[in-house]
Amino acid sequence: MEIVQTLAVILDSTIRLSIPLLCAALAGLWSERSGVVDIGLEGKMLIAAFASAVAAYHSGSAWAGLGAGMLAAIALSLVHGFAAITWRGNQIVSGVAINMLAVGLTAILGNAWYGQGGRTPNLEGSARFPELDLPLVGTLKEVPVLGPIYDIAISGHAAPVYLAVLALVLTALTLKHTRFGLRLRAVGENPAAVDTAGVSVAGLRYAAVIICGALCGLGGTYLAVSQSAGFLPQMTAGKGFIALAAVIFANWRPWPALFACLLFGLLDAVAIRLQGVSLPGIGLVPVQAIQALPYVMTVVLLAGFIGRATPPKASGLPYVKER
Amino acid sequence: MSAAPLELPRWADTALVPLVSVAAALVVAGLVVLSIGESPLEATALLLKGSLGSLEGLGFTLYYSTNFIFTGLAVAVAFHAGLFNIGGEGQATIAGIFAALACLWLAPLPGILLVPLAILAAAAGGALWAFIPGYLQATRGSHVVITTIMFNFIAATLIVYLLVEVMGKTGSMQPETPDFPKQAVLTPIHELLGAFGLKLPSTPLNTSFLLALASLVAVWALIYRSRLGYAIRTVGANPRAAAYAGISPARITMVAMAISGALAGGLAVNEAMGVQHRLVLDFTAGYGFVGIAVALMGRGHPVGVGLAALLFGVLYQGGAELSFDKPTITRDMVVVIGGIVILFAGALDGLFRRLVAGVLNLGRGS
Repeated sequence: MEIVQTLAVILDSTIRLSIPLLCAALAGLWSERSGVVDIGLEGKMLIAAFASAVAAYHSGSAWAGLGAGMLAAIALSLVHGFAAITWRGNQIVSGVAINMLAVGLTAILGNAWYGQGGRTPNLEGSARFPELDLPLVGTLKEVPVLGPIYDIAISGHAAPVYLAVLALVLTALTLKHTRFGLRLRAVGENPAAVDTAGVSVAGLRYAAVIICGALCGLGGTYLAVSQSAGFLPQMTAGKGFIALAAVIFANWRPWPALFACLLFGLLDAVAIRLQGVSLPGIGLVPVQAIQALPYVMTVVLLAGFIGRATPPKASGLPYVKER
Repeated sequence: MSAAPLELPRWADTALVPLVSVAAALVVAGLVVLSIGESPLEATALLLKGSLGSLEGLGFTLYYSTNFIFTGLAVAVAFHAGLFNIGGEGQATIAGIFAALACLWLAPLPGILLVPLAILAAAAGGALWAFIPGYLQATRGSHVVITTIMFNFIAATLIVYLLVEVMGKTGSMQPETPDFPKQAVLTPIHELLGAFGLKLPSTPLNTSFLLALASLVAVWALIYRSRLGYAIRTVGANPRAAAYAGISPARITMVAMAISGALAGGLAVNEAMGVQHRLVLDFTAGYGFVGIAVALMGRGHPVGVGLAALLFGVLYQGGAELSFDKPTITRDMVVVIGGIVILFAGALDGLFRRLVAGVLNLGRGS
């Protein structure tokens, strides 16, 4: 029973650490499936974290925070869309710009408004998402093995966690089974064909970019309003880039993206637990080695040593109608 | 890249378009200043006074410019080969580790040997960290943009590990190496000119500024006057045509990335050997990313890079002074301006070209 308990606790923290990654990875997936490369996930999450903390603090409502976070991230997404879709600019350059803008703006505004070194004031009470108990937690608690896992790991998360799971299911279903999803995937593979069929390439790509912003908004809000009690400078700490790695790992598909995020979340949870612990036979594992693992694995994957990464064919290429 | 490239006179293309996008970036930054309840004009005056208004301010400005020249050139060289190196931060980090190892291991050597060896070590470290992504793109098809992002993070975790567990100064709570030996320290400019009887205030500006100026000239000669530079530009313009002309795009990709990384290593030379005199955590401080803005604004040409680096030096030093007087306007304003310059001069280039073309045609029509 002890082992089950421990496993459930590790699973619980894995899920908590994976959720922001999952949101950003789904965001990247939508954008890149439509042919718009997005390395600005990090910046969008950061701006969303800031906006959501500010709105939640002033309104006292976590849901208002979520709305503000999503709007802020969508606004940055539209900047990216304007540069990448309308003006056919370099998508990588635009992504870098968005990341820098987000770091700078959140620091300046946070400092100017609250004067606490860039932090927002602490969020309390209804300004944070409460932890939700799923139905039947009390009754199922006593069931061996599954009971504690349901109780500790699956139940008791805040609303954004369940929203993220919902977003995953919707993403998978929409991309695979709807006309919109089919067209969106087609525009990432062969925009000319979609254009010939009389469907707007720009329209589809803007739609994807807006969905991408909304999902980054969810991830950023979760960081600031649910996981922490407020915004801290640079609190995304590379999660947007890990999410990018997860998208590559998952070969631009939703369900594998979940597993990639859970894997990276597990690594994070393990790294925290292994701090200063000596493993039998290996000795002290440097925490940094585990932290670097997702990045190293992505490089190895991209080099084709484990499987093949095949991005959508038209990703990164601006669409020019008269070619 | 666009279907029908706008025809602009060369002077407008190389000077006017970047200037317009920088001016627009400054206007947006002014709006941010307004939004937090300060006067942009007053801020600009304080900024210029703090950066150019005194010899001391100027020294600091040029010290910051040194960093931007190195990282700007690094991005520019890769650009010429059609590569986007966003790994300047990581390359400078590894360069710093190499320079620190050289300075600490070779400490008994006299300065005349130690300094060049440590600079070479820094360049080699940066080159190595950029060469691997270049090699992976050239031979395995993994895109340099993604791999350099990953390498930034790998370098960041590596330096934490090394400074905390391996190279750290014993008994220090800070993650930093012991001080470098005295003869490894680059001479400050005020001491150098003091020897000639010129009295200057003490600033962090050191001889690596001269190295940066030399790099500007060297990169100009490399790109526009050498066979290798021609090959680099050909690959950047059209890799397939380059291959038909007998130039190996794979080889050029690796060489250009290595040169780019070596230049990024200059940041470590200035910061570690010139100013801190030891290796500290996070010494790259985002200079690598600002280098992208510098390269874009300077259109990849060394003259442009030099001017853009000076501008960002002014913004950095002026911003530091400004944040003393106006605590609400922090130095992060430079990051915002950098971001907007990258957005306007890089990604929204088409929009600004269209705007400039429209204005020029208007003038002609009347």
